[in-house]
Amino acid sequence: MTQPLVAIRSVGKNFGEFRALNRISLDVWAGEVLCLIGASGSGKTTLLRCINQLTPIDSGGIWLDGELLGVREEGGRLHRLTDRQIARQRLKTGMVFQRFNLFPHKTALENITEGPVQVQGRSREEARTEAMELLGRVGLAAKVNAYPSQLSGGQQQRVAIARALAMKPMLMLFDEPTSALDPELVGEVLTVMKELAHSGMTMMVVTHELGFAREVADTVVYMDHGVIVESGPAAEVLGKPREVRTQSFLSAVI
Amino acid sequence: MRAAPTLAEGFPDISGMTIARQVHWQRWLAAAAILVVLAAIGRAFVNGQIEWTYVSRFLTAKVILEGITNTMVMAVLAMALGVVLGVVVAIMRLSSNPVLASVAAGYTWLFRGTPLILQLLLWFNLALVFPTIGIPGLWSARAVDVMTPFLSALLGLGINQGAYTSEVMRAGILSVDVGQYEAAQAVGMGRLRALRRIILPQAMRVVIPPLGNEFIGMVKATSLASVIQYPEVLHNAENIYYANSRVIELLIVAGSWYLLVVSILTPLQMLLERRFARGTLQITR
Repeated sequence: MTQPLVAIRSVGKNFGEFRALNRISLDVWAGEVLCLIGASGSGKTTLLRCINQLTPIDSGGIWLDGELLGVREEGGRLHRLTDRQIARQRLKTGMVFQRFNLFPHKTALENITEGPVQVQGRSREEARTEAMELLGRVGLAAKVNAYPSQLSGGQQQRVAIARALAMKPMLMLFDEPTSALDPELVGEVLTVMKELAHSGMTMMVVTHELGFAREVADTVVYMDHGVIVESGPAAEVLGKPREVRTQSFLSAVI
Repeated sequence: MRAAPTLAEGFPDISGMTIARQVHWQRWLAAAAILVVLAAIGRAFVNGQIEWTYVSRFLTAKVILEGITNTMVMAVLAMALGVVLGVVVAIMRLSSNPVLASVAAGYTWLFRGTPLILQLLLWFNLALVFPTIGIPGLWSARAVDVMTPFLSALLGLGINQGAYTSEVMRAGILSVDVGQYEAAQAVGMGRLRALRRIILPQAMRVVIPPLGNEFIGMVKATSLASVIQYPEVLHNAENIYYANSRVIELLIVAGSWYLLVVSILTPLQMLLERRFARGTLQITR
């Protein structure tokens, strides 16, 4: 392995006057599970959204699988890609949202087959078989024909994970996947994520679940005010942080 | 098990008692007053100078039935044109392309800003502006032959409706959570596919009640096409009373048909609403 799956270089993003990301640089290697932690407003969700281009970056560059995202370099200048090209780049990532964002007018199965059939043009039968398999994998084989409104938050989030996996992404992005859940439902989602991590999936997880980070993450990145304060192996960053800001954050949340 | 603590005295058990029926004398009084008024109005009409036999005779006359058929055909076609235009214009209006957005805004401004009857007259009299119309080198025709009452009414009503429907559609699209659009993008959909597969089906749930309203309005707006000789039910009723002078009787005939049609439309709208409420009303297949 010679180059990282994701290379983030000097990425900046402002929302008006607010500096959400301030020259962020980071590598994510294939098979790595990376947890982003930090207070709200620290820029961790923004960074995740920049990687699948739901939020366009202002400066710097992100390379995914060796390909520069969102722009093309030509003659010493950058040219924006078309929406279609961006949509194609986005297929390499799967996104799981804090608020699930399942399609409410479609059943669990239809939520999962929508992308493969409509976007990737795979056959309905094939997509259906795979979707059933994925639903089994997240423990929801019995909920194939349920609509999102008939599922608990934890079940909805597991369908959302299956929906993202159905596109066979190289990288899974999780944006606070358990923050909108009742406490008793957090465990079932984390279990699915742990299994996914053990299967070798590359994952970037924005989370407040430090227990999960400690147990599953290879790398933990602590962000504050749009910069990476500290990053390293989970045991080091969470166990004996070097930076004062990391120490005070960790002592505040535990 | 622990013994329950003793409860304070003085609060008798009333759990076996029922609630007595109240007498709503105000309701009875109001109902009686309204019945008296209705009876008076009814008596006035029965004794008034209305020949009810004409009403019942013309209610199912061939010309009237043709008229209500034409009314419905025009209402459905013009509404269809209005909805198609409305969806397209709403999408243009929400586009990031400033040219498309301002064209859409201009369209809405123009066709909402002038009276419908004026637009109908303009379409019908288009021949005064352009004696011949066509595509240079391919096809051309005299405008008077093309701009029949039917086509003028269809264009006038449909294009006007499109301006109103675009705002209804825009409201519907805006009502769908941004997260839905992001989730659609996250599974690789482009803007138009996300709109068609994810956003519009959810917007439909919101826009059906106002669209039902608009359609009922359209059924009645077709009566304006009588001024450009389109043979809808009011136009045909007028033609009959020009001959037999039974003005009120024929207006009652036309009015009854409008009421009947609108009464049928309401339950149809409920069916449509249920169709698009999939997933929200816990309907399983």
